[in-house]
Amino acid sequence: MALSGIQIYKLLPQTNCKECGFPTCLAFAMKLAAKQVELSSCPYVSDESKKQLAESAAPPIRLVTLSADGQEVKAGNETVMFRHEKTFYNKPGIFIRIKASDGAEAIGKKVAAADTYTVNYVGMELAIDGFAIEADGDLAAAVKAVREKSKRPLILIGKDAAVLEPGLQACSSETALIHAADASNWEAMAELAKKFKAALAVKSESLDELADLTQKIQAAGVEDMVLDLGGKNMAEWLARSTQVRRLALKSNFRALGYPVIAFPGDAGDEGKESVYAAQAISKYAGFVVMDTFSPEMIYPLLVLRENIYTDPQKPIQVQPGIYEINAPTPDSPVLITTNFSITYFSVANEVEGSGLPAWLLVTDAEGMSVLTAWAAGKFDAERIAKSIKEFNLADKVTNKRVVLPGHVAVLSGELEEELPGWEIRVGPREAVDIPAFMKQVLN
Amino acid sequence: MPIEIPKDKWPGSIQIVTIGATSAEGGTRTQTVTLGGETTLPFMHFEAPTPHAPVVAVEIKDRHPDDWSPLLADAWGSAMDDPAQWAKAAEAAGADLIVLALTLTKADGSPTKPEDAVASVKAVLGATGLPLIVWGPGQAEADNELLVPIAEAAKGEKLVLGICEDKNYRTIVATAMANGHLVQARTPMDVNLSKQLNILVSDMGMPHDRIIMDPTTGALGYGIEYGYSVMERLRLAALQGDAMTQQPMIVTPGFEAWKTKESKVGEGVPEAWGDWNNRAINWETLTAASLVESGADIVVLRHPESIKRVKAAITELMTA
Repeated sequence: MALSGIQIYKLLPQTNCKECGFPTCLAFAMKLAAKQVELSSCPYVSDESKKQLAESAAPPIRLVTLSADGQEVKAGNETVMFRHEKTFYNKPGIFIRIKASDGAEAIGKKVAAADTYTVNYVGMELAIDGFAIEADGDLAAAVKAVREKSKRPLILIGKDAAVLEPGLQACSSETALIHAADASNWEAMAELAKKFKAALAVKSESLDELADLTQKIQAAGVEDMVLDLGGKNMAEWLARSTQVRRLALKSNFRALGYPVIAFPGDAGDEGKESVYAAQAISKYAGFVVMDTFSPEMIYPLLVLRENIYTDPQKPIQVQPGIYEINAPTPDSPVLITTNFSITYFSVANEVEGSGLPAWLLVTDAEGMSVLTAWAAGKFDAERIAKSIKEFNLADKVTNKRVVLPGHVAVLSGELEEELPGWEIRVGPREAVDIPAFMKQVLN
Repeated sequence: MPIEIPKDKWPGSIQIVTIGATSAEGGTRTQTVTLGGETTLPFMHFEAPTPHAPVVAVEIKDRHPDDWSPLLADAWGSAMDDPAQWAKAAEAAGADLIVLALTLTKADGSPTKPEDAVASVKAVLGATGLPLIVWGPGQAEADNELLVPIAEAAKGEKLVLGICEDKNYRTIVATAMANGHLVQARTPMDVNLSKQLNILVSDMGMPHDRIIMDPTTGALGYGIEYGYSVMERLRLAALQGDAMTQQPMIVTPGFEAWKTKESKVGEGVPEAWGDWNNRAINWETLTAASLVESGADIVVLRHPESIKRVKAAITELMTA
C-alpha cells in the first residue's frame, strides 16, 4: 500500500541536507509520495528504509508474465475492484486445454485450429493466448506436438513434479506456468519452478491454507505465483475471487497478492463453460483455461474481455478509414461519421440494413461521438477534408459527393471551402433515419 | 493463521418490490415475483443473505413479430402466432414472469387499437398465472393510448407498465397509480438520469415499492461495458444510501443481443464467428449473465436455451 508523505519522511535521514535538490526532507518525502522523484536522489537513506520503501511501492497484485518465443501473457498489477474506478489493465489470458493422452495427432489438430484463429472486432484482431497441457500421458511429446503448431505460452498441469519435469525440459527456454502446488506436493513443485524459472500456480479450497502455502513457497525462493481458488460453483468462486482481490487491494495482504487462474472447462458442459468463463473475465481472473475451442464460444468471450478491459475514460475506437458496405461501386454514395465504436456501429448497421451500397468514411475523432467530437473540435471541416485526402477517397468514387451527419450541418459551408469540386450534402441527425434518407434523397 | 476477510457494511439497501397479485391480493396471478432487499453487492453471501434472487422475464409479442431472427421463430414455432400460446410456452421454458410487448400495427398494417391490446393482455393473463409486464409499442402517443385501457381492464393485477421515459411518463404513471400497477422507468445508461427519472416519477406520488428502474444496456460488443458500469455504480450508490437509486433494476439483454449482426445474420459473415445458432445463444446468454453479476434484478430474454442457461447461472449464484 502506498505510504503517505509523512510516513516516508519518517524513513528519511531528516537532516535537510538539500542534496536531493529540495529544501527539506519533508518536501522530498512529499514528492516521493506523489511519485514525482526517485528515492535514489537521496544519498543518505539507510538500506533498511530503502527496503521498506521498495516494499510499499510494490504492486498489491504481483505482475506475472508467461512467455514463449517472444509472445507474452501478463496478469496482475490490477489496482481497482470496479472498472469505473480507474480501469482493469491486464486482460486475462485465454488458454485452451489439451490432454497429453490424446496423442500428437489430435493435439496438433486442436492446437492448429485454436492457434491460427483470429477474429476482427472493431478493427482489432482478437486471438487466444496459449495452451494448457494436462500431464496425463507423455508430456514431453505433447509439448513438442504443441510447439510444432504454436509459439504461444504454455501451462503444464499435473500433480507430480517428476511427471512435469520432462515437459518443462521440452520448453526450457520459456517461462511456463506449472499447475499446481498444493499442501501435499508444494516442496517438490517449488523446486521445479525454481529450476525452470517457471511461474507456479498454488491450489487450495481454503484461503487460509492458500496463504500459508504461498508464504512457504515464497520462502523457498519462488516469486511468481498464481492462485487456483477451486470453488464448487459460481457463487463460491465469485466470493473467493472477490475476497482475494479485496485482501490484496484493501488490506495489502501480500500472501494472496497474485493473479487468479480459473478453469471454466471443469463445468463439463459447453453451455456452462461459456457462462463460467464470462464470470471469470468480469470478476478478476488473470488466466482462463477453456476445454472447448469453438469460434462461436471464443468470439463472444474475446469480445467480452475487450469490453470489460476497455479504459472507461477511453472508449473503444474503430480504425479510421473507408469502410465498404454492401459492395459499393464508384458511383455509390459516401457517408461520413466518427470513429467512436458505438457511433460507427449504429451507422454501419443502419446502412447495411438498408441493403443499399455505400462508402462509409470514418474520420479520426479520437473515439468521440459526432456531437461530442464536434464540440471538442475533433470533428471539423479541416479534419474531415484531411481524412478524405488521406484515404484517397477521390480514387474510389466517380461521384464527388459526401454526406455529413445532420448534427454537424453547420460544417457544410466550411467543408465546401476545404474541398473544392465536391458536393456536400447534409444527412439525418440520427442513424435510424439513414435508410430512408438513402432511399429517398440519394437515389 | 486464519485470514480476516474484509467485509463491506453498507448503510443502504435495495427497495423491495412485488410484481403481480394473487386472488387474495386483488388479482388473478397464481404466483408473484418479489425483488430487492439486498444489503450487499450481488451474491456476496459471506456478507449478508440475498433475500430475493434475480429473475428471468421472457419477452413475447401480441402477434407474430416481423423483424425477429428466424432462429427465434424456429425455437418458439407456431406459439409465436398467438400471445396466449406463446406465454404458455414461455412459462414452460422457465419464465419467472412474462413481458408482453405490444406492436404498433396489426398484421394487416392497421394500427393496434386499445381493444386489441386489452384483448391480448387478457389472453395472456388467462393463459398463465405468472406476473406480467406490458410494454407499449414505444411511441409516446400509442403507448398512452394503449396502456391506459390496459391498466383499467387489469386493475389490481399489479402489472408493470412501461416504458416510462423522461419525455413520456406522466400518463403511464398516473394510470398505474390509479389502478394499482407498477411502472418501468427507463433512462439511457447514465446514473444521474436514472436518479432524476426516479425522482420525477416519485414526485407524482408513486410509492417507491412500485417503481422498477431500467438503466438501459448494450449488448456484448455493442456497449455492454457502459451498461455494466452504470449498473455497478447505481448499485453502489444505492447501498451507500442514496434513496433515489435503490429501485430494483430491469434490463433487456434479449432485445439488445438479438439486434446485433452476430445474432441476426447467419450468412455472409466471417467464418471466425462460428455456428450461427450457438453464437446467437451465447451472445444473449453472456450479455445477460454479465448483467446479472453487475446488479440486474430482472433480465428480459428471448431464446429458450438462453433462458435455461441464465436461470442455471442464477441458481448457482444463489447457492452459497
